[in-house]
Amino acid sequence: MISLLSYLCNGISLGSVYAIIALGYTMVYGIAKMLNFAHGDVIMIGAYVTFCAIQYLGLPPMVSVLLAMVACTLLGVIIERLAYKPLRQASSLAVLITAIGMSYLLQNVALLLWGSNPKSFPSVVNLGSLSFFDGQLLISGETIVTVVMNIIIMVGLTLFTGKTKMGKAMRVVAEDKGAAELMGINVNLTISITFAIGSALAAVAGVLLCSAYPTLMPTTGSMPGIKAFTAAVFGGIGSIPGAMLGGILLGVIEILGKAYISTELGDAIVFAVLIVVLLVRPTGLLGKPVREKV
Amino acid sequence: MRKASKTAVSNLITYGIVVVAYIVCQVLIENGQMTRALKGQLVPICVYVVMAVSLNLTVGISGELSLGHAGFMSVGAFAGTIASAWLLAAFQLENEVIRLILAMVVGGAAAGVAGVLIGIPVLRLRGDYLAIVTLAFGEIIRNVLNCLYISLDGARLHLGFLNPNLPGELMVNGPIGVTGIDKISTFAMGFALILFTLFVVLNLVNSRAGRAIMATRDNRIAAESVGIQVTKYKMMAFVVSAALAGMAGALYGLNFSTVTASKFKFDTSILVLVFVVLGGIGNIRGSVIAATVLTILPEVLRAFSDYRMLVYAIVLILVMLLTNSPILSNLVNRFYPRLHRRAREKGGEAA
Amino acid sequence: MSPKRMVDTKMVPVPSHSIVPERDLNKTPVLETRHLGIEFGGLKAVEDFNLTIGKTEIAGLIGPNGAGKTTVFNLLTKVYQPTTGTVLVNGKDTAGMNTMQANRLGIARTFQNIRLFGNMTVEDNVRIGLHNQVRYGMLTGIFRLPGYWKQERAQHEQALRLLSIFGMEDMAEVKAGSLPYGAQRRLEIVRALATHPSLLLLDEPAAGMNPHETEELMRNIIKIRDEFQIAVMLIEHDMNLVMGICEGICVLNYGRIIAKGTAEEIQQNPVVIEAYLGKQKEDAP
Repeated sequence: MISLLSYLCNGISLGSVYAIIALGYTMVYGIAKMLNFAHGDVIMIGAYVTFCAIQYLGLPPMVSVLLAMVACTLLGVIIERLAYKPLRQASSLAVLITAIGMSYLLQNVALLLWGSNPKSFPSVVNLGSLSFFDGQLLISGETIVTVVMNIIIMVGLTLFTGKTKMGKAMRVVAEDKGAAELMGINVNLTISITFAIGSALAAVAGVLLCSAYPTLMPTTGSMPGIKAFTAAVFGGIGSIPGAMLGGILLGVIEILGKAYISTELGDAIVFAVLIVVLLVRPTGLLGKPVREKV
Repeated sequence: MRKASKTAVSNLITYGIVVVAYIVCQVLIENGQMTRALKGQLVPICVYVVMAVSLNLTVGISGELSLGHAGFMSVGAFAGTIASAWLLAAFQLENEVIRLILAMVVGGAAAGVAGVLIGIPVLRLRGDYLAIVTLAFGEIIRNVLNCLYISLDGARLHLGFLNPNLPGELMVNGPIGVTGIDKISTFAMGFALILFTLFVVLNLVNSRAGRAIMATRDNRIAAESVGIQVTKYKMMAFVVSAALAGMAGALYGLNFSTVTASKFKFDTSILVLVFVVLGGIGNIRGSVIAATVLTILPEVLRAFSDYRMLVYAIVLILVMLLTNSPILSNLVNRFYPRLHRRAREKGGEAA
Repeated sequence: MSPKRMVDTKMVPVPSHSIVPERDLNKTPVLETRHLGIEFGGLKAVEDFNLTIGKTEIAGLIGPNGAGKTTVFNLLTKVYQPTTGTVLVNGKDTAGMNTMQANRLGIARTFQNIRLFGNMTVEDNVRIGLHNQVRYGMLTGIFRLPGYWKQERAQHEQALRLLSIFGMEDMAEVKAGSLPYGAQRRLEIVRALATHPSLLLLDEPAAGMNPHETEELMRNIIKIRDEFQIAVMLIEHDMNLVMGICEGICVLNYGRIIAKGTAEEIQQNPVVIEAYLGKQKEDAP
């Protein structure tokens, strides 16, 4: 019973990381209608920047994280401008292949810069664990910070898209780019800001992910990236609460699957969830259906 | 009929390139002018050519981005290596050529079955979702193969899932993969498999089914409106592609003494996709050339091996940008500005 | 759509609005719709659409922009599934069918925004239309078994024969996407004809054509009807074409049929005039 609770906590913690990553996917997909395959690798870059700032520059953790957020924001905007913007009118096949190329580019740049040896990531969280049931159930400081961050980000983003002018512009661009342009909304700026926000969140997610799972490699971001996309689809792509719901559910499913079914099949279970969701409810838990015009 | 002969000539050129390349290689081998490293690459080159051509059937001809092609290759590799060992054990089939052919047939059939099973759910999806689900299936296949245990007890095969306690000698040993493989793959058979693949794909494209596949790719609604059973033809392309990848996988597996599922990671699918994109999406001959050159090149330029994937990534992005963005047409216009202006004026008048 | 509802709609007697020409009166109509309707999120895009088209009739579907004409075509070709009512093609109910099955039952169409296979040649576009006229399987195609050559040749000849209706045999090798606009529209008609339909739906066939081309198109539509003995239903804004060749005309406004009849009847119908021009007398000072 207590082990189940402990698995649930781990699941929610992992799921919260997925949720933060999934937000980047879901916002970009909602607005630019593209699967930003490189998003997972932005996470990895964010983690490396934090790592370097702490290890080599000796900066305090919070400053390092802020530095990583700035770096990732710039990176995200540059990627969008250089690689994705020229392809606004191109087929989704072309855009996806470009995004895959970008993912590989980031991984290989990281490989050249930092080598293939895994780095041991120092935890940026210096919070003790909470212990329950005479120490049988331990909730680590990382878990608490991750979950709290997740909630803060979620509330912040919901307020941002609902209340601010830029947030409303994002929703309009997501709905209809042409009409938004006619209404005087700067579509390119809106898309850039979306990438900026998504990438800044990726940096946070990278730090949280590596605080909980402290091996950092050039490929660290790719698997969580794909899983977070699964979470975004699960929750309903384009929906901010959907990303949170999907992320947490997926994290819990993964941890429970690994614990009770098979460790080897953990990833397979996550992907099976993706396939089932897409077949049964392609718009996800909280998504809206779309119709093709003839 | 003029068009028919035009495609026939184009196809003949493709076959010709392959045959000439094979003869050149054989002459080089006879004269001892080929390095050992390159000789070792001959079968993998054949494998990757077949992989690229078969993936081009899905991506180029059928228009669906598959990111799990290596999954079918791994199914073929496992099925083919097991079949080869079993044929030797059960029927004392010593003839290596026949055994290899049968192993490739089994590998192709197994991957084809996997293609059907995966195609049923996958082909109901479109675009990015379809791509990500093929990726998911590729990873699922790898995960499942990592949990697979098969032993050979005399002529009998025993199968275990997550359970290595099987009678007889373990052939497939979970994450360790297939071990003790009798290496029977040859360059000649690889060459034959390339010809077979080209024959299948090129003939399929120039037939009723091929036109239906391409019609579905170009405009699904229009294809349905002329009575084409869209899912059937999408499935046909997907399964043929999977089966050919399975045959390539069997050839690949029987070229090494051990095969593990981790050899068929997502990276392998992407590598093959790079071949297809660089050779030209939908261009079969391009796939053959790109797969060959890009498999040899890193062997020749060993000094640059660290930068290989980096260069691939950059080239992949550049090719997509140049072929799909207005940049290219602007470049063309810069070279022929007068032509551009005239066309524009004409358009303005018409509107 | 529940099967029970289907039965219900069938039991409601359909008032006979048939504008079927006399020569077709004693034959099963090629198309019959009963109380056909579709809703998009509460909006009734088409409602209570009842129409009968005779075996060799040329029928027109007109109405102001946004009246639901193309939606009717999409309902008939099963691109959309109706929320109410039935569509009978040659007396057969099409409930639950998809576009492909509707085509096999005898409905072929063209599209308002042309949907050709632009990267393929003109001949290949027609050959794709002939898909179900030619029957050989994948393996025959791959391994070039004897049936392949025979059927490919037959298909080639048939394609050229169909293209000759519009005098387009010379363009067989041209890429469909590079054809001029008018020729693309004609090619779409040929491709639809290739599926051997009994009812040809044309969505704005004369759009973008000059008066000379339109006149030729009118002659060709009649020629197609006479030669293939099929029915044609067309959506068109060019009233010369509609009034010139349509034997029965149906006027749609806000998703409902507001008038049916011959060209003369429609031209004099005050409801139709109002739909097109707005109310005249009352608003005037």
